[in-house]
Amino acid sequence: MSAVTYLEAIRQALLEEMERDERVFLIGQDLGVYGGAFRVTAGLLERFGPERVVDTPISESAMVGAAIGASLLGMRPVVEMQFIDFISCAFNQIVNFAAPNHYRWGQAVPIVVRGPAGGNVHGSVFHSQNPEGFFQRAPGLKIVAPATAADAKGLLTAAIRDPNPVLFFEHKYLYRRIKEELPNGDYEVPIGRARVAREGRDLSVITYGAMLHVALEAAGRLEADGIDLEVLDLRTLKPLDQEAILASVKKTSRVIVLSEEPLTGSVAGEVAARIAEHAFPWLDGPVHRLCCPDTPVPFSPPLEEAYLPNVDKLVAKVRELSSY
Amino acid sequence: MAKVSRNWGPLHPAPPPPDEERLAKTELGREAQLELYRFMKLNRMAEDRLGNLYRQGKVVGGLYSSRGQEATSVGSAYALEPQDFVGPLIRNLGSMLVRGVQPSEVMMQYMARGGGPTGGKDANTHFGDVSRGLIAPISMLGALIPVMAGVALAARMQGRNAVALTYIGDGGTSTGDFHEGMNLAAVLNVPLVLIVENNGWAYSTPTSRQMRIKDIAVRAAGYGIPAEIVDGNDVLAVHGATKRAVERARGGAGPTLIEAKTFRMKGHAEHDDAGYVPREQIEEWKKKDPIDRFERHLLGEGHGLATREELEAITSALDSMLNEEVDRALASPLPPPERAFLGVYAESPVSPAASGRGGRVAV
Repeated sequence: MSAVTYLEAIRQALLEEMERDERVFLIGQDLGVYGGAFRVTAGLLERFGPERVVDTPISESAMVGAAIGASLLGMRPVVEMQFIDFISCAFNQIVNFAAPNHYRWGQAVPIVVRGPAGGNVHGSVFHSQNPEGFFQRAPGLKIVAPATAADAKGLLTAAIRDPNPVLFFEHKYLYRRIKEELPNGDYEVPIGRARVAREGRDLSVITYGAMLHVALEAAGRLEADGIDLEVLDLRTLKPLDQEAILASVKKTSRVIVLSEEPLTGSVAGEVAARIAEHAFPWLDGPVHRLCCPDTPVPFSPPLEEAYLPNVDKLVAKVRELSSY
Repeated sequence: MAKVSRNWGPLHPAPPPPDEERLAKTELGREAQLELYRFMKLNRMAEDRLGNLYRQGKVVGGLYSSRGQEATSVGSAYALEPQDFVGPLIRNLGSMLVRGVQPSEVMMQYMARGGGPTGGKDANTHFGDVSRGLIAPISMLGALIPVMAGVALAARMQGRNAVALTYIGDGGTSTGDFHEGMNLAAVLNVPLVLIVENNGWAYSTPTSRQMRIKDIAVRAAGYGIPAEIVDGNDVLAVHGATKRAVERARGGAGPTLIEAKTFRMKGHAEHDDAGYVPREQIEEWKKKDPIDRFERHLLGEGHGLATREELEAITSALDSMLNEEVDRALASPLPPPERAFLGVYAESPVSPAASGRGGRVAV
């Protein structure tokens, strides 16, 4: 077995689910001949033909709408947003059509909307966003954001098989930067369950996506100082694994929620609120959020570096909270 | 500052003079025509009953009428086969009745009763049932068009030999989803039929302030698809045009846009007295009432399609049926409060609806 990139893991999940289940099809822009802007769908047109790798006009709302319609007839469409920033163009279809449909009239909408999210690749304002906060409060949606290749494959497989609309936020910074050996055969990583990525005693960092790797690197650096970080990878942002969040906080009594979103209205804010509400007696210090400032994602490298959380900023925050 | 043209033309194109007594030629026989008549009457009489319930304070929220537009809903939905799918909007009760929806289902929805198809979770005609080929709309106009394009796409993928039909109003054609949906449907060449009900008014906005074109049908050229303009108050014309479009779609020739010119005879909803609609416009269109016209056609000398007694018998049977439907709806209790928390997520694609009425899911 050889190591597989995060991007290849996503491609494998798509390919294997399409082979396993003829109801699964892909719909989006430039997926077919071109293989997708990041080549996630390379080779799938040749394998499955144009009826199952459906290229569309530049119409994000219609892409999602058509996926919803197809899912009502029992299909399992997977929509690709070329960049996840463009998901806002399909906001109404996702939030008002797909999300409440089962609640309204009992009809499931098993669609996946996936695409590259996140910054640190100098993509500028409209190719770097983390829009999860916009969707966090839409009842009926599930939101997934894998941080490792194995999770990317297992969670996407689970998302495609899930009967609900799932937003699948891939981190484009990770696409070709991380690789690992994947479990053999067919496997799912369950939606709704976080994972302790590193056991520790002193302070919990709760995070997801590319920020997981920032947290793990910071943990290595802080080890030398005798600070033992616990790192919790949320993996699913909606519904949150509240049990795992509270268990970690009760163990360490200090917590930083680390995410790549603008601070206000972030998923990190919801995590912090739940900790404050349910784990207050266990806390030895304030619940900290380390997020991006409330600005658009800036373009130029020094600006983006100033904007994004990184290892140095996290280490400083850990030291501050440790001495509280 | 540049001079802005305010030349928006007349508020609404004047209706053709009421010499249009003759309805379109049809292949439909006597029985089918009487069935059309029955559905149109049922549409209007059910809405009259809903109006009574509204005035009795039993309807929760708004009540939306399709008075004057019955021919468009009924004539179009009647052109479908059992395996086809229809996505009705708020003024398409007639289409739903043709698909087998019971008036009591809609009454319970309007009265927020627990026994309605959504169990009190959603209102009015906002419910679907895939097993009856019925897809529920959302209030955001235009959104249903790409969804129905997806229904048509899936129907083709699954080899169902089915067509998807949906509706939009004149105002709804101003949305982005109208454009995205029609363009996608055209590019993918899916079996979709769109009925544009040009009823003159989008709430208080006349069509002339919604667009600069006179015929919405011309928009079809922008998508490279065929269009037809029909008299929306002639049920036979609507049926014929829809039938042609449905056959084209089923044969693999892709989408069609049909513009049905009709008129909204009431306000946007029951609370709206439509004081902004010129009186004479209403009077003009009253003469074109689709049910009266169809009645005159059925009774017309030489046709021998129906006698006045036969039509009265249909009406009186509907009246008794509606008595029972109203009683059934009124007998349904309000939903239990704890239902508010159920059914946000589907447990599996075939899970029962949280309303407790059993889920209906496609194969």
